[in-house]
Amino acid sequence: MSRSLRAGSLSLRWEPRSALVCGVLALVAAGAAVFVVGSGEFPIPAPDVVKALLGQGDRATEFIVTTLRLPRAVTGLLAGLALGLSGAIFQSMSRNPLGSPDLIGFTTGSATGALLQILVFGGGAVAITVSSAAGAVLTALAVYLVAYRPGGGVHGVRLVLVGVGAAAMLEALNSYLITRAELREAYEAAFWLTGSLNGRGWDQAVPLGIALAVLVPAALALGGRLGMGELGDDAAQALGVPVQRTRAMLVAVGVGLVAAATAAAGPVPFVALAAPQLARRLTRRAGAQLLPAALTGAALLACGDLISLHLPVALPVGVVTGVLGGAYLAWLLSITGRKGMV
Amino acid sequence: MLSSARRTPLRTPVPADVPRRRLRWGGLVLLAGALLLTVVASLAIGAEDIPPARVWSGLFSPDGSQDALIVQELRLPRTLLGIAVGAALGLAGAVMQALTRNPLAEPGLLGVNGGASLAVVAVIAAFRVDEVLVYVWAAFAGAAGAAVLVHLIGARGRGGASPARLVLAGAAVNAVFVALTAGLMLLTPRTFNGFRFWQVGTLGGRDLGVLARVLPFIAVGAVLALLLARPLNALGLGEDAGRSLGASPARARALGAAAVVLLCGSATAAAGPIAFLGLAVPFIVRAAVGPDQRWVLPYSLVLAPVLLLGADIAGRVVAPGELETGIVTAFLGAPLFMLMVRRGRTRDL
Repeated sequence: MSRSLRAGSLSLRWEPRSALVCGVLALVAAGAAVFVVGSGEFPIPAPDVVKALLGQGDRATEFIVTTLRLPRAVTGLLAGLALGLSGAIFQSMSRNPLGSPDLIGFTTGSATGALLQILVFGGGAVAITVSSAAGAVLTALAVYLVAYRPGGGVHGVRLVLVGVGAAAMLEALNSYLITRAELREAYEAAFWLTGSLNGRGWDQAVPLGIALAVLVPAALALGGRLGMGELGDDAAQALGVPVQRTRAMLVAVGVGLVAAATAAAGPVPFVALAAPQLARRLTRRAGAQLLPAALTGAALLACGDLISLHLPVALPVGVVTGVLGGAYLAWLLSITGRKGMV
Repeated sequence: MLSSARRTPLRTPVPADVPRRRLRWGGLVLLAGALLLTVVASLAIGAEDIPPARVWSGLFSPDGSQDALIVQELRLPRTLLGIAVGAALGLAGAVMQALTRNPLAEPGLLGVNGGASLAVVAVIAAFRVDEVLVYVWAAFAGAAGAAVLVHLIGARGRGGASPARLVLAGAAVNAVFVALTAGLMLLTPRTFNGFRFWQVGTLGGRDLGVLARVLPFIAVGAVLALLLARPLNALGLGEDAGRSLGASPARARALGAAAVVLLCGSATAAAGPIAFLGLAVPFIVRAAVGPDQRWVLPYSLVLAPVLLLGADIAGRVVAPGELETGIVTAFLGAPLFMLMVRRGRTRDL
């Protein structure tokens, strides 16, 4: 059921169920983040974390919370948000649940950019961020160009398979770089490659926040046209959507989101793939659910980080999301096959 | 039953076929010649180029000179390993593609390499061993488990195991394996260091002991694969047609899977994961000699070592300090894969 809010000429459609789902997801994400902040060598109970966040804790707790641990939790929430949103954009555009940026090589390319910077050029945090973004953008361009066929355009399984090829090539390059580095450097880079939130500070959280402040509104503004694009190019054109330009802008925003997230947290696997699918099932609505997908991504990454912090051994969050996400993908394949989607 | 397939009239009429058969035999002989040349090049080319005459004397009358040592100790094991691993991967790719009737089937893409990697890193992490025989068994178990899992997932649902579905199931299973592998690898710097060199896939730095350990498995797998030519031909006609010709699809599939696991498992155990060779070789061969497995399999057996050794030599020449074989094959094979996907009919992909 859909309701609308009207204020003059502005009208906002909203659905009670979607709103409820979004609210619950935001609560889950925030709750997980609070527990992430509370976890560590000096465990802090959740009420004390909240008190410290509100500026009412004692000084030591406040220092640990806001200076040491909060940036990690914030990075996780924002990176999850960005990955979920970009996954929703790409899956909707490729009209395929598997068209997510981590399966089609974008995050691998982003990792290649960052690795080159870490291991070869030795640049600092800013340089790593820029190279990582450049890697994602170049990979996206290459995959789209190869998958593009005059007349047929870019969509569907062809895009995904070309991306699988690109990912394989870039993974080889990444392993090569790893073998050429000093053990200590390579070990650190391998943590980064798996997708990790360890040791993230405001240096990572703030640039990510700034990028999202630009990209998230842009994505949401383009979201309406995205829904029309799913009807097919001709129908969308008839409805007055400039299909090619919209697609180009959406690709730019989607790649920007992936690049920003990866630069901050590394190529965390599968959040971009799983979040939009889960969001659709939670809201029980067809089409791209941008806001629910973004919030699902944030909740997934925050919960994944919480799990990784409480494993008996120190493992980065990417291991958790990789295992859960791969299993999820396998399950998705086995049910979509039944409906003949893939 | 293997022998029952032999009674089936799969052969094309003899008279018109004779010139073409001669041509194919000739091609196979030419290819064997190319392999011989590649072997010589592999022994001669490297950080230190050695003229063929010195290679010869280094091989057959070693005089203790540095050239003779390089040939005997470094390049001969590497080259022999390249022949064995290449033949194994080429045959495995051909059998996989015939079994699944999927031109994109490839050990690397179908999760087999991922499964072998996970098993090997688990062994390194758990037992702190550095022993290739243990790697072989681990890689077998991992490869077999992955192959079965990917097929089960890919074959579920309506439409069965279509090319795209199998590759995607491979990507899913591979992702879980990669995550688990990363997890195990990151447990300790020692495990990480042991594994990071293995995971790129290379022919370099292995001695003849490695080859001796895996050779029996590769030999059994190769014989099995070559014996399966006719049943695979029958399978290629489709399940029902194959059965009506007297072939047993279930038996052919089981034996074929066993051959694939033997071949991929030992190749991966010996050289690490090497991507795209199993994809490229049968693809090129089919373009040259057509779909008849009685030709596809022997051609793949000979062509794959030529390409693998070629990639290995290229890796030695291209970059200072050598590029691992697996990197070169990925960089040559992935573009080919993308080209195939691009050319493919949208209906299939």
